[in-house]
Amino acid sequence: MRNFWALFRRNRSAVLGLCILAIVFVVAATAQLFFPEDPFSLAGKSMSPPGAEGFLLGSDSLGRDVAAGIAHGAKTSLLIGLLATLVAVVIGVLMGAIAGYYGGLIDDLLMRITEMFQTIPSFIFAILLVAIMKPSIESIVVAIAVVSWPAVARLVRGEFLSLKNREFVQACHTVGMSDARIILGEILPNCLSPVIVIGSLMVATAILIESGLAFLGLGDPNIMSWGFQIGAGRTLLRSAWWVCTFPGIAILLTVLAINLVGEGLNDALNPRLRERT
Amino acid sequence: MNNLLDIRDLHIALPASAQRPFAVEAADLHLAPNEILCVVGESGSGKSLTARAVMGLLPKPHVRVSQGTVEFQGEDLVTVSEARLRDIRGSDISMIFQEPMTALNPVMTIGKQIDEVFRFHARMPGQERRDRALALLADVHLPNPDQIMRAYPHELSGGQRQRAMIAMALALDPKILIADEPTTALDVTTQAQILKLIKEMQAAHDTGVLFITHDFGVVADIADRVAVMQHGRVVETGSANQVLNAPAHPYTKSLMAAVPSLTPRSARPRSDDIVLEVKGLEKTYRSGGSFLGLGGGARLVKAAQDVTFDLRRGETLGIVGESGSGKSTVARCVIRLHDANAGEILLNGVDLRPLDRAAMRPHRAKMQMVFQDPYASLNPRTKVGRIIAQGPIIQGASQAEAETKARELLKIVGLDEGAFDRFPHEFSGGQRQRIGVARALALEPEVLVADEPVSALDVSIQDQILKLLDEIRVRMNLSMVFITHDLRVAAQVCDRLAVMRNGEIVEQGATASVFENPTHEYTKALLDAVPGKEWTPGADMQVV
Amino acid sequence: MDHFTKRLRYVLKRLLQAVPIILAIVIVNFFLLQLAEGDAVDVLAGEAGSATPEYMAELRAKFGLDQPLIVQLGLYLKNVALFDLGYSFRHEMPVLDLVLDRFFATMLLMVSTIVLAVGFGILLGLLAATGLNTWRDTAISIFALITYATPLFWVGLMLIVVFSLNLGWFPTSGMENIAMFYEGWDRVWDIAHHLVLPTITLSLFYLALYTRLMRASMLEQAGQDYVTTARAKGLTERRIMFVHVLRNALLPVVTMAGVQVGALIGGSVIVESVFAWPGLGMLAFEALFARDLNLLLGIFLLSALLVVAVNLVVDIIYSTLDPRIEVE
Repeated sequence: MRNFWALFRRNRSAVLGLCILAIVFVVAATAQLFFPEDPFSLAGKSMSPPGAEGFLLGSDSLGRDVAAGIAHGAKTSLLIGLLATLVAVVIGVLMGAIAGYYGGLIDDLLMRITEMFQTIPSFIFAILLVAIMKPSIESIVVAIAVVSWPAVARLVRGEFLSLKNREFVQACHTVGMSDARIILGEILPNCLSPVIVIGSLMVATAILIESGLAFLGLGDPNIMSWGFQIGAGRTLLRSAWWVCTFPGIAILLTVLAINLVGEGLNDALNPRLRERT
Repeated sequence: MNNLLDIRDLHIALPASAQRPFAVEAADLHLAPNEILCVVGESGSGKSLTARAVMGLLPKPHVRVSQGTVEFQGEDLVTVSEARLRDIRGSDISMIFQEPMTALNPVMTIGKQIDEVFRFHARMPGQERRDRALALLADVHLPNPDQIMRAYPHELSGGQRQRAMIAMALALDPKILIADEPTTALDVTTQAQILKLIKEMQAAHDTGVLFITHDFGVVADIADRVAVMQHGRVVETGSANQVLNAPAHPYTKSLMAAVPSLTPRSARPRSDDIVLEVKGLEKTYRSGGSFLGLGGGARLVKAAQDVTFDLRRGETLGIVGESGSGKSTVARCVIRLHDANAGEILLNGVDLRPLDRAAMRPHRAKMQMVFQDPYASLNPRTKVGRIIAQGPIIQGASQAEAETKARELLKIVGLDEGAFDRFPHEFSGGQRQRIGVARALALEPEVLVADEPVSALDVSIQDQILKLLDEIRVRMNLSMVFITHDLRVAAQVCDRLAVMRNGEIVEQGATASVFENPTHEYTKALLDAVPGKEWTPGADMQVV
Repeated sequence: MDHFTKRLRYVLKRLLQAVPIILAIVIVNFFLLQLAEGDAVDVLAGEAGSATPEYMAELRAKFGLDQPLIVQLGLYLKNVALFDLGYSFRHEMPVLDLVLDRFFATMLLMVSTIVLAVGFGILLGLLAATGLNTWRDTAISIFALITYATPLFWVGLMLIVVFSLNLGWFPTSGMENIAMFYEGWDRVWDIAHHLVLPTITLSLFYLALYTRLMRASMLEQAGQDYVTTARAKGLTERRIMFVHVLRNALLPVVTMAGVQVGALIGGSVIVESVFAWPGLGMLAFEALFARDLNLLLGIFLLSALLVVAVNLVVDIIYSTLDPRIEVE
């Protein structure tokens, strides 16, 4: 573990990403403290520019505080990003492990399903799912997970395919170890590194998808989110640039930070790749 | 004599993070026209980097020549300009590599890859370039040069690819050919052909050949002179005869002593007690095609056909053959890693083949396996103690019992007890193989199946592991099925031999009689192809 | 068998493999329709204002909606096979007509985006890899890193603020200036002018993706054995990079280009809605607001088919680049 941190620290941009991410987490955690009001509520004069009327980042056409929206939106983004990724990773690992380990017909069937899910235009599929299930945190998480798991499944399947023929796994067969124990105890720990890396990058993608859905009006109507703020502010582009600009920067920084951390993890966990660059 | 190549005081520096400062230290070598100099050594001896330094092909910037000269006809290749070096490469000095599959560009035809050499070094019209390439391919005895020109590397066999590489290297009649383990990835019969070809081409063109190898048999077959390297230093040079038969340096002597002799060891009396009996074993693989794949017909590959043998108590049966002969498949079917399609596998009279996993479990302990790759055969995330103990635990032993046993076994295989709490990556290849042996012994098996257990190891380590296996065989009265491609190892280890080709046993019998009076053509061809068969390691050593 | 027949066989095989996938997508489509609250008759009745239960039952029988699920699925499959994607009650038009009407605009946007993203992605990746660890590499990598993290819709809005509202260089929305009644080359020019911002917006993310991929792929290939062989033959670094490494490095990029087409169509929903580009994405956005599920599903189906088609084209391109395809 100490060794891992030493490796991770060598990548300076990853450390920067981690710092930004820490700030986003702090903002999300303290949103209720600094902005106790409902972020949807009218907080003052509408269309105030940043700095005016006590609005740090200005207000929108309904007098909602942009800064409050960003703070509360951070919570939404992180929550949905992490939950959706968790669900997707669980589904993906399960599918990939079973397909890769058992091979044959099971593999064929599962991989065709995966292929189909990869062929479907994922964002439109997510839109459809949310539209059919009615927008809510749960439906958004489900929709993002449903379109995200195939990448994990393919990765895990590939790892399992190569690991299951390794001699150390065959040695486990020769002592009569059960499949479940081989899959969970022997093979899975050896493909955790790439799963952690792809998982961290998927959080970023999930946040982008969530913001896109919210931008199109498919966010949970009771919860503030960055995408919703931008969607609501797009008609004010001419008169109140700040309404769209700041939430966008928030998304950009968060996603960038997660990508940097993901790359840092990749460098630290994949020694083979580290030497190349 | 006028040397083609003079390497003096060569130092190759490694990056600061490496385990030692220099890969090669103070190496002196020279190469005359029309001679084959073999540079021989174990892994990490610096032999390959020395060869690359001549070509200016060190992995820059981390690894570089820090001192010394490499003179080619009076010109120092270490300090010469990059442009001049490019002129020399491929025309005056050319190189062939170990793995012809990866050494050729996969998306370019053979013809085009040869053509590049002409285009970059000689001005000649397209038709002439084509004619010369065709002639070259014919020279290296490739059938249908016309077709080979248009073929991509993956469409050729390993031997054909290496021939194409040689054709490409010899395109402009170089003065020096550097061959970096060019036959290591090939089967023994193909290896013999390629060695013959290199010798033939060398004689026809008066080429000086710098031949890098780890195999003393190959050295005996091909070398005029030999240089032995150890830990980056050249410890001994001399004529092939002198180094092979009267080595002066203690390291060379120890290497020679470790090379197994081709003369089979003396036979032991055969027991009447049959431990394992395999009758009519068959295994077919289906390759390509799948139920939703719609991808044309599946091909059936017969990996094992009508394989029949028996194994008596205390005996070692060798299964020998080239890659694709089915020897590993047979081993894996016998130990029930693969399911055979037909036949009987009788262990102490019980047929294992029809048993399902649960029914098989109690029989597992009686038959264990030692694997080939010391790096892939141990789970990198599991501590050594657990790796050894988990077999007995699964078979019902208590945690404490299993651990005590594991510690005991570590001692038996020659590792200290501290190994128990360490991870596999902290050990060398030979040590890992010892751990693998300990794991196999933990269940106190009656039969040990060893699948190429020493082929990934250096010759001196190989010797130690073979001795260890012999020791425990006697100590535990083990019977062994020993899979190998190396007839030298087989001669020293096995009481009986079964020779396999294309999934069938073509000949079996006592080792000595198979070696002395092979009846099948293929066995004869295999024996004939063993590198250095005329040479008996250590034969004259007592005399000196 | 020569290389051409092998390639043909490969493409035919891929074509056959697409059939079950298309079938599966249609079936998924059908079940999504079932998942939704209410059926076509409810919608129709809602449109009409009032309908008696008897009339609704009659309508259900007419559309086969009273049949068991499996029969309905069969009916749906038959309809799709006959290119009948249902009826949009909002637009009072068959879904197919609506969708085809918008098809050209989306294709235009897609093709220009793919050309821009793949072309420049390969170029930038190449430039970064050949100047490894120089300022050029750093600049390209940072650019890729940032654009890779930027949401599409926000880029679109920011581009509008800068280039349309402040600088006035490009129009803010639409595909052409209909009021001008342009014809011939004037019209082409007008459309191209409208196309610039949406194309840039949609391509930036993918440009970043291909740049990163191309760079990594070049670096990976540069470490392969055949590069050492090429050096040992005395080839120049230039020739090694541009002839040996480049072609091998392109393979994963081409594969990825195929994989990303689906995502690209998804992105076009956002970009088209930002720029009011009258394509399928805009139609989907409108359908979403009008709760016109039939139409939304029709768009979904067509875009999935489009992905399958584009993937096939990518496979053909790939087969010309990699002679090893028949090995798989």
